[in-house]
Amino acid sequence: MSVNILNLGQISMKNVLLGLCLSMIASICMAELQTGIEIMQEVKFRNTGWKDMTADLEMVLTNNNGDEHRRKLAMKVLEIKDDGDKSLSVFNSPRDVKGTAFLSFTHALDADEQWLYLPALKRVKRISSSNKSGPFLGSEIAFEDLSSFELEKYKYTYLRDELLDSMDCFVIENEPQYEYSGYTRTIVWVDKARYIPIKIDYYDRKNTLLKTQTFNNYQQYLDKYWRADDLMMTNHVTGKSTQLFWHNYKFSNGLTARQFDKNSLKRSR
Amino acid sequence: MILCRLKRCIIYSFFLFFGLIYSSLLSAWELSGYVGLESLAFIQEPLYKEQHQHYISGVIEAELYHEWDNGTQSFAFVPYFRGSQHDSNRTHFDIRELTWLKAADTWELRLGIRKVFWGVTESNHLVDVINQRDTVENADGEDKLGQPMMNLALIQDWGTVDLFILPGFRPRTYAGEEGRLRPELAVSGHLAEYDKNGYQRQVAYAVRWAHSMGDWDMGLSHFYGTSRDPVFLLKTADSGAVNLIPYYQNINQTGLDIQATLDSLLLKWEAIVRVSNTETAFASTVGFEYTFFNILSSGIDIGLLSEYLYDSRGTTAPSLTQDDFFIGSRLALNDIQDSQLLAGVMVDRVSGAQFYNIEASRRFFDSFKFEIEARFFNGAPPKDPAYFLRQDSHFRMELSYHF
Repeated sequence: MSVNILNLGQISMKNVLLGLCLSMIASICMAELQTGIEIMQEVKFRNTGWKDMTADLEMVLTNNNGDEHRRKLAMKVLEIKDDGDKSLSVFNSPRDVKGTAFLSFTHALDADEQWLYLPALKRVKRISSSNKSGPFLGSEIAFEDLSSFELEKYKYTYLRDELLDSMDCFVIENEPQYEYSGYTRTIVWVDKARYIPIKIDYYDRKNTLLKTQTFNNYQQYLDKYWRADDLMMTNHVTGKSTQLFWHNYKFSNGLTARQFDKNSLKRSR
Repeated sequence: MILCRLKRCIIYSFFLFFGLIYSSLLSAWELSGYVGLESLAFIQEPLYKEQHQHYISGVIEAELYHEWDNGTQSFAFVPYFRGSQHDSNRTHFDIRELTWLKAADTWELRLGIRKVFWGVTESNHLVDVINQRDTVENADGEDKLGQPMMNLALIQDWGTVDLFILPGFRPRTYAGEEGRLRPELAVSGHLAEYDKNGYQRQVAYAVRWAHSMGDWDMGLSHFYGTSRDPVFLLKTADSGAVNLIPYYQNINQTGLDIQATLDSLLLKWEAIVRVSNTETAFASTVGFEYTFFNILSSGIDIGLLSEYLYDSRGTTAPSLTQDDFFIGSRLALNDIQDSQLLAGVMVDRVSGAQFYNIEASRRFFDSFKFEIEARFFNGAPPKDPAYFLRQDSHFRMELSYHF
C-alpha cells in the first residue's frame, strides 16, 4: 500500500512537474507566437512620437548596363496622429525639374490628397492619387512604397521566425487593403530586437516575386527612432535597381501643418 | 542693324550670366537655369513677303535665389532673354521675377516682379488674369511677362485670401513685320489705346480666395483695372495708312475655378464674367481628365482630356476659342528620361476649323532636354478669326541645357 501510495504520489508529482514544464513551454511559445498584427503594432508604436522629420534623399537609378542616373530631393514629413503623415518633397535634380515640389496628405484607406507645384508656370495642380503602383521619378520605387506606414493599410499574417544576416527576425506577410496597389502581398523581415524592417519582398498582381528591398546601415535618432541610411530596391523582372541614400536626418524640428499647405508648396525649394 | 542689336543682346546676356555666376560664388546664393537653342520651321510658304520660312533663336533664363531667417524670407531674381533671327519683336529681355518674400504663420508678403497662375483647365486659362502673356515667346500662350506687384496672402482655416496691388501695366508684344503667326497687318503695339490713362491705366487691383476641401479645390477671384488682353481697332492715320491697333479696356472681371479630384477622374470648370464700358461678357471652360495609370505594370500613364470652351463675345473674343471642343491625350512613359507626349485638337463647333497641337519632350544625359512641338491650323473659313493662321502650321524644336 505504502509503496502504492508512494508510487501514486510519485506519479502525481511527475505529472505536476510535467504539466508545469509543458505549460511553461507553452507560455513561452505563446509569447513567441505574437500574431502578425501585434508585431506590426509594436513596429508602429516604437516609431511613433518623432513629430516631424527633414532629410535629403539621393536616389541612384541603375539599369541593366550599369548606367547610373542620380536624383536629389529634399523631404519634410509631419507626423499626424491617427492618420497618415503629411509630406513635402522638392526635387533638386535632374536640373530640368529643379524646384518641382510634391505635397501629399496620406490616409490609411481613403484616397491620399496630392498637389504638384510646377515652378516654370508657377502652377499648383491637384493630382490624382490613384497612381499607387507607378514608378516614382523613373525609379524602381513605386509611389506606394514611399507612403507612410499605417496599420489599417494591410492584413497581417505571421509566417515564421528566421535568421537573416545573423539577426533574429519575424517574417510577416502583409496584404494591402487599400485600393490600386500593385501588389498581392509583401513579405517583411522584422528584426526582433529593434522591431524594424530588414528586408521586404514585393509580389506583383500575378503573385510572382517582383522586387526586393533591403534596409542597410540603420542609425538611431533621438535615442529611439531607427532609420536606414541606405536602402536598396532590386527589380527581379527587369534587373534594374534603385539605391536610396538618406542624409541629414533631423527630427522634431517644430514644424506645423502650416509648413505643409498649398501656400508653402508654392514657395518650397 | 538687327544683327547689331542681336550681338549687343548676346553680349548683355553673357555679362548677366557671368555676373550671376560670380555673385553666386560670393555667398550661399543658389544659381540655376537653362540655355537653349530653338528652331522654328514653317511648313508652308509665308503669306506676306516680309516673312520667312525658318527662324533660329537662342534663349537663356537664370534664377538667382537666396533664403534666410530659417527659410521664412527669400529673394529671387529671374532674368530672361531670347534673341531671334529675323523678327526683332521676338528678340526680347524680361525680368520674370525679382521678388522679396516674407512668410509668417498666418500671412505671406511678396514684393516685386512675379508670375502668378490661377485656374484648373488645360486648353485655355480664362481666370488667369494677373500677368500679361508673352505672346511672341510661344504660340501656346503659356509664357508670361513678369508683373510688378504687392501681394499679401492671409492664411485662414477657411482658405487663403490673396490681395494684390499691381502697379505698372505691361502691354502685349506682337510679331513684327518679319514674324509669322500674325494678321495681314502687323499689330501696331506702339499706337495702343486705353480706356484710362496715367495712374489709373497703370494700377490694377485683384483679390482671390482659394481653398481645398476633401476632393474639391476651388478659387474665386476679382480683378479691376486695365485688361491684359486687348480688342483690336482698324484705324486710318492722317497719312492715310491703315493700322491695326490694340485697345485695352478697363474691366471688372470675376472668375471662378473648381476642380473635383475623384480617383483617376479630374473634373474642371472655369467661368468668368467680365464687364467693360462696351459690354458684359461671359466665358467658360468645362471638362475632364481621366488617367489610366501604370498600364499593364509598364509604368506608362495615358490620360484622356476633353474640354468645351465658350465665350459670349463670339468672333470678337480675345482668344480664338468661342464655341470649341478640345480633345487630347497625355502620354507619360515615367522612364529615366521623363519622356512625355501631349497631343490635342481644338475644333470650332460652327466653322469646323481645327487647331492641332502636339508637344513631346525627353531628357538626355541628365542635364539636356529636347522638346518638339507641332502646330497645325486647318479649315478656318475666311470669316473665322483663325483664318490669318492658315499658312502658319509649324514645328518648334528646342534643345536646352539645364544648370
